[in-house]
Amino acid sequence: MNLTLKIWRQPSVDKKGKFETYQINDISADCSFLEMLDQLNEKLINDSNGPVDFTKCPVSFDHDCREGICGMCGLYINGRPHGPDSGITTCQLHMRKFKDGDTIVVEPWRSKAFPIIRDLVVDRGALDKIIQAGGYVSVNTGGIPDANSIPISKRNSDLAMDAASCIGCGACVASCANASAMLFVSAKVSQLALLPQGKIEAKERVQSMVKEMDSLGFGNCSNTYGCEAECPKEISKSNIARLNREFIGAKVCYENEVTRAAGGA
Amino acid sequence: MSKIESKIPDGPIAEKWSNFKSHCKLVNPSNKRKIDIIVVGTGLAGASAAASLGELGYNVKIFCYQDSPRRAHSIAAQGGINAAKNYQNDGDSVFRLFYDTVKGGDYRAREANVYRLAEVSNSIIDQCVAQGVPFARDYGGLLDNRSFGGAQVSRTFYARGQTGQQLLLGAYSTLSRQIKKGTVKMYNRRDVLDVVVVDGKARGVITRNLTTGEIEKHFGHAVVLATGGYGNVFFLSTNAMGSNVTPAWAAYKKGAFFGNPCFTQIHPTCIPVHGDFQSKLTLMSESLRNDGRIWVPKNIEDVEKLRNKTLKPKDISEENRDYYLERRYPAFGNLVPRDVASRAAKERCDAGYGVGATGLAVFLDFSEAIGRLGKSVVEARYGNLFQMYEKIVDENPYETPMMIYPAVHYTMGGIWVDYNLMTTVPGLYALGECNFSDHGANRLGASALMQGLADGYFVIPYTIADYLADEIHTPRMSVDAPEFVAAEKAVKERLEKFISIKGTHSVDYFHKKLGKVMWEYCGMGRNEEGLKKALELIPVIRKEFWSDLKINGELNEYNPEIEKAGRVADFLEMGELMVRDALNRRESCGGHFREEMQTEEGEAKRDDVNFAYAAAWEYTGTDSEPVLHKEQLEFKDIELKQRNYK
Ligand SMILES: Cc1cc2nc3c(=O)[nH]c(=O)nc-3n(C[C@H](O)[C@H](O)[C@H](O)COP(=O)(O)OP(=O)(O)OC[C@H]3O[C@@H](n4cnc5c(N)ncnc54)[C@H](O)[C@@H]3O)c2cc1C
Ligand code: FES
Repeated sequence: MNLTLKIWRQPSVDKKGKFETYQINDISADCSFLEMLDQLNEKLINDSNGPVDFTKCPVSFDHDCREGICGMCGLYINGRPHGPDSGITTCQLHMRKFKDGDTIVVEPWRSKAFPIIRDLVVDRGALDKIIQAGGYVSVNTGGIPDANSIPISKRNSDLAMDAASCIGCGACVASCANASAMLFVSAKVSQLALLPQGKIEAKERVQSMVKEMDSLGFGNCSNTYGCEAECPKEISKSNIARLNREFIGAKVCYENEVTRAAGGA
Repeated sequence: MSKIESKIPDGPIAEKWSNFKSHCKLVNPSNKRKIDIIVVGTGLAGASAAASLGELGYNVKIFCYQDSPRRAHSIAAQGGINAAKNYQNDGDSVFRLFYDTVKGGDYRAREANVYRLAEVSNSIIDQCVAQGVPFARDYGGLLDNRSFGGAQVSRTFYARGQTGQQLLLGAYSTLSRQIKKGTVKMYNRRDVLDVVVVDGKARGVITRNLTTGEIEKHFGHAVVLATGGYGNVFFLSTNAMGSNVTPAWAAYKKGAFFGNPCFTQIHPTCIPVHGDFQSKLTLMSESLRNDGRIWVPKNIEDVEKLRNKTLKPKDISEENRDYYLERRYPAFGNLVPRDVASRAAKERCDAGYGVGATGLAVFLDFSEAIGRLGKSVVEARYGNLFQMYEKIVDENPYETPMMIYPAVHYTMGGIWVDYNLMTTVPGLYALGECNFSDHGANRLGASALMQGLADGYFVIPYTIADYLADEIHTPRMSVDAPEFVAAEKAVKERLEKFISIKGTHSVDYFHKKLGKVMWEYCGMGRNEEGLKKALELIPVIRKEFWSDLKINGELNEYNPEIEKAGRVADFLEMGELMVRDALNRRESCGGHFREEMQTEEGEAKRDDVNFAYAAAWEYTGTDSEPVLHKEQLEFKDIELKQRNYK
């Protein structure tokens, strides 16, 4: 098939970007979206002569595993994070989802918390910072009791696994009108809150992760749940409800403690 | 005289590790604070090592090329992780896991290392559960297991088809905790391009900041490489696009010997190649062989009819199907080790019975399992893999059998290390897939994750202390020291050379060319003539690369072409060493199949008299041949036998 691509090109964070139009022909319906971009890049290299301006350099985009698990890829394609298919990442999108003659608009994730590095590559370091704020169980290596010493109901373990499937790609943020990271945060909070190992620090965890999220420039969640619809791993919005319960529980508990500490009530 | 010493502790095999731990040197807490350790790689091996070393109080700097440590290639592991818990009461034990791993590796691994691996395997599961890793459980709330190839017990722990993801996120979360505490400093989007050696000891690395292109120098009292495997030398593999040999290759050039470079694992169940534009291959987990049955048509006419679509796979009756693994290996059936399964598929396809458009595919069929267990059970076990398959191939595996073919997947070879995981360069360690140590000539399924975490959580914290105890008086070194400056200069010169060639072909062009040669002559079947041919072809491609490479864009900016150029430049040298090693090893063992050396039934024929050694290659210069050192392998606790899965 033959396609017209309108791709966001930007040399670096401090320079201005723009859309650039490219034509690409003879693309197989069986190839993946990123393999289509590989072919465009190969063509840009082959067609260039001498020093070239940045729009003639290969298009930069993040990717690594190319099988939907590392969370590195993430393009905003025709107005949708990860493009026109559901339950997939950009690297799993195949050209059979497009028609001959289509025009495809490709943009990076756009969010204040994700500065653009180049072209379609953004800095998602803020997501790592949220995990660093508390997305773990505080155990050191060694000296751990037998793994079967605490049975966990299959139901809770399955729900924890559902939440833990998050690949941290940031599509939830990109899909949200407020650029909220609520689905991402709630997935980690839920996974650990559902397991006895994570319960012990649940209250501190939810508070510090939400606080960190707020401080990093992500917006508020206004419960429109575009994130759930665009999540490549179909993480459920019920995790957001669980986060809210955990958060309120933690707050009440904290206020009680403050009152107690002050000798009141 | 050999320069290699494996440093295996004394005593009976079951006591070696305890003996070591009881007698190794220690570093006291106040001295740990004065010591810097560099860890390259944030996969299971690197992340677990860095977190554990940080917890102990060392200053750790950790590097990865991705934007986040959570994205290391370990994330893609699907099927599971082995441990000798014997929760199923089916006769498992530390010894049996040790035995299976040595046998699975076709008796080309060091017994003492493998025993230690089996010994610490149980602690790994405990550790991961404590971190909140949601392993699969049964209705009673206890941990569930599945079976993997090369074993007759069920010892594989799993988290759906995303075990690597969950284990890595567990390690990443403990790493994140240390980053927050300040014991570990994270350097993401960094390409480690060289290892700095001062007075014979590893003291640092040179990196390129991938966002800005800046070249940086980092000091460490010790350097730990956990950079994964080099399967991408074949261009097409199941490895992540960025997986590379560069840091390991730099170490090799600085004096670290390279162990068994030709030992490559070709995984039997991958989605077949379907076009020239293809950038990578996708694995379908080995766990599928628990319930899927592998077959090709018995009659050549049916092959033809399938190809021109006048016949559907499900219309071929039972008696006209050849379940060739069940036929050839009745004891293990579809669960034979990977090397055996891959070769059997190749044998059928070479004989003309392959299916699919290219004839390079076999069926993996779930109809019997769906009939026996019901669709919902199959879905619960493999749902995400079936979905992945359908998205790529556009066919529904619940209705028609999957088509699969072997693909490059894992490299058993890697940097040679002693029992302490130290390379031949003092202070330089190699962990996880990047070392050569535990899997011999063939790795069993679910053992790489085990090894990565064993090395990182439970081995290196002890063994590195044994070395660092003598380094507490070494002050932090300035990165302006001449060795750092010289290494930085060499790195910069090489990068500038890439840009200055201004030739006519992209990096990928050369990579694909190399990949074809490697797959053709150093892939599933190898022979003297082919290997010699490859030894002629690779230098030609290398020369062409250095005179005709074309790169758009600049050095001092985000430029993936520069990253790729460095990786391919190293693969072009690495490939040659692999071929040389394959040529030298005139026996068939595990994944290394020399066509001249096979039994009448077409099975691999080992030569224990001449080749019961690990090859450790020493670099002597770009234009001179490497020197081979042999680590003779001693089998005291396991009898050397021809493998038999029949
Ligand atoms: C698709 C797939 C499925 C698998 N399934 C299983 C399974 O079910 N069970 C099992 O046991 N094994 C499995 N394996 C094998 C296993 O996943 C790997 O062997 C293992 O995860 C390797 O871990 P590692 O920590 O050694 O390296 P990796 O996870 O590969 O990590 C390498 C790290 O090094 C860094 N790095 C590399 N080069 C550089 C550089 N130049 N500069 C800076 N940093 C660098 C990377 O950024 C990364 O952080 C599978 C492998 C694949 C490909
Ligand atoms: S490249 Fe890993 S999820 Fe797409």
